[in-house]
Amino acid sequence: MAVNPDNYGLRLFVRYLVLCLIALIFIFPLVFMINSSFKPDSQLLADTSSLRAFLPVGDISLNNYFGAFRRAPVGLFVLNSVLVTGATVLLSLLICSLAAFSFAFLRWKGRDVLLSVVIATLIIPFETIAIPLLLLVSKLPWIGLDGLHWGWLNSYRVQIIPWIADGLTIFLFVQYFKALPGELIEASRVEGASWWQVYYRVVMPLSGPVLATAAILKFLIMYNQYLWPLIVVQQESYRPVMVGLGYFFQLNVAWGEVMAYLTLITVPVLTFYLLLQRAFIASIASTGVKG
Amino acid sequence: MASKLTRSNRAGWTFALPGFALIFAFIVLPFFFAIGLSLTNQRLLSPNPTQFVGLENYRQLLGLAVVTLEPERNDAGEIIRNEAGEIQYPRLRAITRSDDYPQYRGMREWFRWQSGEKIMTVIASDVVFMKALVNTFLFVLVVAPVQGSLALMLALLINHKVRGINLFRTIYFMPVVVSIVVVSLLWRFIYDGQNGLLNSILQALTFGLFQPVDWLGNPSTALPAVMAMSVWQAVGFHMVIWLAGLQTISPTLYEAAAIEGASRWQTFRYVTWPGLRNTAVLVLVVITMQGFALFAQIDVMTNGGPLDSTQTLVFQAVERGYGKQDISGGSTISVILFAIVLAISLIQRWLTRER
Repeated sequence: MAVNPDNYGLRLFVRYLVLCLIALIFIFPLVFMINSSFKPDSQLLADTSSLRAFLPVGDISLNNYFGAFRRAPVGLFVLNSVLVTGATVLLSLLICSLAAFSFAFLRWKGRDVLLSVVIATLIIPFETIAIPLLLLVSKLPWIGLDGLHWGWLNSYRVQIIPWIADGLTIFLFVQYFKALPGELIEASRVEGASWWQVYYRVVMPLSGPVLATAAILKFLIMYNQYLWPLIVVQQESYRPVMVGLGYFFQLNVAWGEVMAYLTLITVPVLTFYLLLQRAFIASIASTGVKG
Repeated sequence: MASKLTRSNRAGWTFALPGFALIFAFIVLPFFFAIGLSLTNQRLLSPNPTQFVGLENYRQLLGLAVVTLEPERNDAGEIIRNEAGEIQYPRLRAITRSDDYPQYRGMREWFRWQSGEKIMTVIASDVVFMKALVNTFLFVLVVAPVQGSLALMLALLINHKVRGINLFRTIYFMPVVVSIVVVSLLWRFIYDGQNGLLNSILQALTFGLFQPVDWLGNPSTALPAVMAMSVWQAVGFHMVIWLAGLQTISPTLYEAAAIEGASRWQTFRYVTWPGLRNTAVLVLVVITMQGFALFAQIDVMTNGGPLDSTQTLVFQAVERGYGKQDISGGSTISVILFAIVLAISLIQRWLTRER
């Protein structure tokens, strides 16, 4: 039974048509967001009744962007998010990989118990501990340049420290390390390398893929944080981008400015994703290959 | 020899300690705090000392009873009717505020139905919590199968090696990297009753026959609207997990099926699906966990309304624990939420057990 070339061509065409229609469903809100960010409010709202909503037509300008910067300390919010996200990702990579290194290669008393506690935390959703954690951090001490404080609310540390270590990151590292050739570690030890040297001279240089995975997952969680900063940060000076959105809903809502702000905080992430899309998708896929 | 090389108590503890200590302090400890706090009347800031209240918080959330309202009768035992011929019933308040029924004190009506001449009324200590509980389960029961199967269809569609397929995979996955807060705000525009994109599209497709709906402002459409948006946002995530599962299936199985002359459906039914069993359980569990954690969409789009039709467990926990500074009330909801999630994890373990 020979394949009819016309039939094959038609099927290919239908396949692409379906793929494109689905792509439209996923892309239209983002196209709407970006185009609307250049339009004055009156036109933005009127355009939603036609296809003009998805086209950069009419009275196009950057006014909404200037307006957004006037309305809220946008630069500060972005800086806060970058700082909190960057610090958490870096500390998480270091601390989680060290712990995983110990769990995967070293043998010590209590190791198996501690590892099973770490794995057990995987079934605790953050949302179920948010409220008691709020009470806990409101009472923790901190030693700053100006002496001892009580309470971590309204700070960078409250947004960073609780998020550094998590079961999934450690688990991903442990899985990856266990797949590395054990002889490599033993050989380095025989040659007299300290454990620290084995970690950063032998294991870390081989860990590019898992570091990328862990960094991307943490980056997405941290940059998109909402619930936690919402309840622990009331002061403007420590607010990250997602919570800063609240500014645009005080008094009269200027939708053009909202769209400009949304575009500003989303486009960098989208660019990052489009550049590294293989790594992004691989990191999500690797969370699925458990056990 | 090998054991001597890898045995090191001091290095082992030193390397693992920072990570473990952080997990212990910020995940394990708060978890046990939640259980402890749910047995007290702790508030975020309070001049009064914290007291142990036992299971009072749970009783206040979970208290539930069915009350039967009998028709009012006159001295002769006949049912009293008003001018319109309607049967007269005692007021529910007469029961929930009466000293004769201390067990029903403070409870409010959740819903009622007619049963012959009687009216059956379900009363709850906390009607809003009950609605949140039902909405959360509804959300999970609808979103898990819909999102899971749509994601599988997308994965099967994407799993063909045709030119440019990576572009489509990239686009389908895109909403996953966008913050749910941003997505929720955009969808407020789509669902708007006056200028909404969805109404415009539906009107264009039906040549103006479609009557505009205020999707988020209507109690019967608000939760489905939130569900649809949530599926849209996360379906790409699960598509990628299905894809990873599809790629573990050996191509030789497909070749064998082709040689046997299996139809497309047979190939899916007897080759693809059995190879995806563990992925299926994982996808369902992840969606379920994400579903029970539903918060940002509600906070941005509906605030639990209209008429509590989109209240959820996490939204309630935050509203109490943070909004009303009632830490113990919020913790109690958290513990109930965790018990549900744990039960589901145990079911998962049972489903994936070695046979």
